[in-house]
Amino acid sequence: MKHTLSVLVENKPGVLTRVAGLFARRGFNIQSLAVGESEDPNLSRMTIVIDGAEHPIDQVTKQLHKLINVVKIRDLEPQYTVASELMLIKVAAEGEKRNDVLQIAEIFKAKIVDVDRRALVLRVVGATDKLEALLELLQPIGVLEVVRTGIVAIGRGRG
Amino acid sequence: MHAADGYARATGKVGVCLATSGPGATNLITGIANAYLDSIPIVAITGQVRADLIGTDAFQEADVTGITLPIVKHSYLVQSAAEIPRVIHEAFHIASTGRPGPVVIDVPVTALLGELTYKAPDSLHLAGYKPTVKGHVKQIRAAAQAILEAERPVLYVGGGVISAGASDELHALADLIQAPVTTTLMGLGAFDERLPLSLGMLGMHGTVPANYAVHECDVLIGIGVRFDDRVTGKLSAFAPQARTIIHIDVDPAEIGKNVEPSIPIVGDARHVLAALLAELQKAELVPGRTAPWLAKIAAWQGEFRLHYEQPAAEGVVAPQFVIQEIERVTGGEAVIVTDVGQHQMWSTLYFDYRFPRQWISSGGLGTMGFGLPAAIGAKLGRPDKTVIDVSGDGGFQMTMQELATAVNYDIPVVVCILNNGYLGMVRQWQDLFWNKRYSQTCIAVQPDFVMLAEAFGAKGMRVSSPEHVGEALREAIDSGRPTVIDFKISPEENVFPMVPAGQSITELIGGKASRKTRGAKS
Repeated sequence: MKHTLSVLVENKPGVLTRVAGLFARRGFNIQSLAVGESEDPNLSRMTIVIDGAEHPIDQVTKQLHKLINVVKIRDLEPQYTVASELMLIKVAAEGEKRNDVLQIAEIFKAKIVDVDRRALVLRVVGATDKLEALLELLQPIGVLEVVRTGIVAIGRGRG
Repeated sequence: MHAADGYARATGKVGVCLATSGPGATNLITGIANAYLDSIPIVAITGQVRADLIGTDAFQEADVTGITLPIVKHSYLVQSAAEIPRVIHEAFHIASTGRPGPVVIDVPVTALLGELTYKAPDSLHLAGYKPTVKGHVKQIRAAAQAILEAERPVLYVGGGVISAGASDELHALADLIQAPVTTTLMGLGAFDERLPLSLGMLGMHGTVPANYAVHECDVLIGIGVRFDDRVTGKLSAFAPQARTIIHIDVDPAEIGKNVEPSIPIVGDARHVLAALLAELQKAELVPGRTAPWLAKIAAWQGEFRLHYEQPAAEGVVAPQFVIQEIERVTGGEAVIVTDVGQHQMWSTLYFDYRFPRQWISSGGLGTMGFGLPAAIGAKLGRPDKTVIDVSGDGGFQMTMQELATAVNYDIPVVVCILNNGYLGMVRQWQDLFWNKRYSQTCIAVQPDFVMLAEAFGAKGMRVSSPEHVGEALREAIDSGRPTVIDFKISPEENVFPMVPAGQSITELIGGKASRKTRGAKS
């Protein structure tokens, strides 16, 4: 089972290295990691997705807690979590392919953020499965480059 | 670095060491890793190039915080002099609290030369660091209940009891519930081994009664231990009859890492044991409940006595006898520091440790070369004690230049080299498991250790017959000088008993042949 951890860390140099290094050292595979400043400029919030079947999640969070710069860890429960990811896709779109791409983009509410004679860049935001579905449809047309932010997630409601 | 480590182990205080930038700092790596694996409180301060040169591959620049990241409890790269007071206070706090460990402070020369008006920080702000000290009350009650119901309890005790200063509480608990106590390598000295309830060390080179007791116990009480592979052997066959495993440790990440306990208690061993004692004192203990169990253990202790033979060959002594003589000559009161290898295991088996911090040895990392510098640090910390460094001829040669330090600062440690001309522990494995194909374990050329000691200005002695062992030790201790004694020992003597790596206790080698008990060794 996939686990999404929301990890509050001190916003200091080297903290990302400590977290990433810990994962590497203990043999935990990170599926995705996103990090940025939180509501408090002294703290950053990381969203880390890991495969819980591969590693006991308990051991991952306990080891993370041992890092002095880690302030708080939440294992977000999927049903009480809003999760989202942003993806930019560069698609080859010459001639009549261009219309296909535009149609697909419309359906997925993907925004065209760059246009050129031979290619389009789409920006799409949403759940991972939506992003995957879009990619799958674009693949036969000609995906040139993909870049993703990794999932960011937040608990629902006030909690 | 090892000297700071030895000092910390001998005193319980934070050990400190300094190194210059680049190669000076990288020379600390082994020592830092050693302290990390054994949870020893150290603050290591390293010099760094000017702050504005960091990242430019400047002369003697090394990314010290980067290199040490996986082997420190925490580390700092100071930016300016103004940060130094806060960082130093935080570092000592982090190193010495919770599960102790090494903290590195990397200080650029610009910060060292900077000026500031010193003011101690009013308080520490470490939002992410709050070690749990007191155990959960409900869990402690559950543990007490399980102990009350136990028929075959065993206390399995590690370094956490020593770092928490919980030895008195441990003795009181063992006595109250009449449970036998076995210690890990790191836990030696936490429980007085002269007491009838002591089983000695467990694990790969543990005593047979200790390993049998763990194998047959119904309630295993692990305190300040981490169920290390050298203790458990094959995990699936470890303590197979234990209905209940209680695990008390200050580090929550140790709980369930290797063995899933039925009753986990996160907390400082001293606080938790005191609370557990209070809980048990309220309850009605059935007198003699563990008597049949203790009788069974006594029978094992009678059957599986530690045993060795004096070598038939002339010119050598039995290594085990040297250890026994060290205990006899020092009245069992010396601080024993060791290197790593066979001599280390003989030192665990043939000496009864009596008090915490009497035994100083590299456990988790198994660092050869630890002995002499650690002994120097231990002697600085405990000048009132005789400090004996038991070493091998291999390990001694890794840090023997520290004799100069001992002589320079007049630190009278006694180095006992158990000289077999081999890297004996590895040779033993090659003997037992690889058909005697000795590879890279034979030290064909070695210096004359007596002349070497004298060259450093220390005292050098050689012993090659059993009747001279005791008097040589006496002479060395009485000389008040740093001394090296070269004990010629039987070259191919092996350490027994032994449970081969990854095996269960049932695969034990050399147990049955044992005929001499710990109690009968003097």
